Amino acid sequence: MLRVHNLACARGGLPLLEGVSFALAPGQALVLRGPNGCGKTTLLRCVAGLQPALAGQIAAPPDSIAYAAHADGIKSTLTVAENLEFWAAIYGTAGIAKALERMNLKALSTRAAQNLSAGQKRRLGLARLMVTGRPVWVLDEPTVSLDHASVALFGDVVRAHLAGGGMALMATHIDLGLPEAEILDLAPFKAQMPQPGSGAFDEAFL
Amino acid sequence: MIALLTRDLRLALRAGGGFGLGLAFFLILAVLVPLGVGPEPATLAVIAPGILWVGALLACLLSLDRIFALDYEDGSLDLLATAPVPLEAVVSIKALAHWLTTGLPLVLISPVMGLLLFLPGEAYLWLILSLLLGTPALSVIGTFGAALTVGLKRGGLLLSLLVLPLYIPTLVFGAEVVARGAQGLSTATPLALLAGLTLGAVALLPFASALVLRINLR
Repeated sequence: MLRVHNLACARGGLPLLEGVSFALAPGQALVLRGPNGCGKTTLLRCVAGLQPALAGQIAAPPDSIAYAAHADGIKSTLTVAENLEFWAAIYGTAGIAKALERMNLKALSTRAAQNLSAGQKRRLGLARLMVTGRPVWVLDEPTVSLDHASVALFGDVVRAHLAGGGMALMATHIDLGLPEAEILDLAPFKAQMPQPGSGAFDEAFL
Repeated sequence: MIALLTRDLRLALRAGGGFGLGLAFFLILAVLVPLGVGPEPATLAVIAPGILWVGALLACLLSLDRIFALDYEDGSLDLLATAPVPLEAVVSIKALAHWLTTGLPLVLISPVMGLLLFLPGEAYLWLILSLLLGTPALSVIGTFGAALTVGLKRGGLLLSLLVLPLYIPTLVFGAEVVARGAQGLSTATPLALLAGLTLGAVALLPFASALVLRINLR
């Protein structure tokens, strides 16, 4: 169970979002929508624990979140299998065969990651989620540079993850083919900019 | 933990990993100094301990910015920070990997460099011992500097400025061990201070590095 209550978060010192609340039960997916720059990535980084929230609470079971950012964290001189094996070892899970199979990477497993196309790299980055063995997937634009077939493939993977009691929180503009996913539009939660002359001390010096 | 170490070593040894950069620098320095100073064995023997230690230190410095910068650029640092490994351990392993790929080769090749600089015979043992004791401190302090400057574009200059003053005690005591060893004097005091510096750095700095890394990743 992932529960976010009254969350406010900031990027570069500017508050972006406030009052965001939602809850995810096992088997549920939540899609974050909103215009560019509205704070989707910032919210996801807060939930993943990479940056502190300005206010509010994020409640999740310990060690339950797997985060996938814009960058895939792929080492270009390692092969596909080596990249995945590394993350499997870090997360203490065994077996990368299933992840390779599901993300259609089997034929590429001995190829160095630098020779992959952008979409293939993305598939490798998403395959990493499967070897983490964690129930809550926090995904930031997971479908960037994926073709239609790969988007459908990933949609199936997410659905299987949800069916197994997993949860997914993602920011995406593309329809993953998950009709059951709830959609949360972040635009109404835009934070109020601090009013000029609101008594901040350094206002006089700016 | 072991996985991270083997990954870093593997990355360093594969093409473009930067292994050998420090070694090559060290070698070039040891070859150039006799050309610049003159081939006088007596002069070279006097300056050899200092040159060898300064060379080792600068060779270490060369590869510092790679410790975190590459992982930061490709996003793996974010993913490591959210992985079930304490960031303190990540930082320590990174420092260990840096030492294994930079410090240890320097230690192993240093007798050859000593030969090029006419280092007196009795100093070789002390050269190896002092580098063996001192270079881990260089890696750990350097990792701290790299953690401080991660995310800065072209942070190399700032990194050198931050790290070089912190390297001075290690350099002073390390070179002192070799110089005293070359003259046949007792090396116990500088050796103990060098070991103390290294142990202190290894024990405390990973916590500081992990803290600044967390702040830099925000």
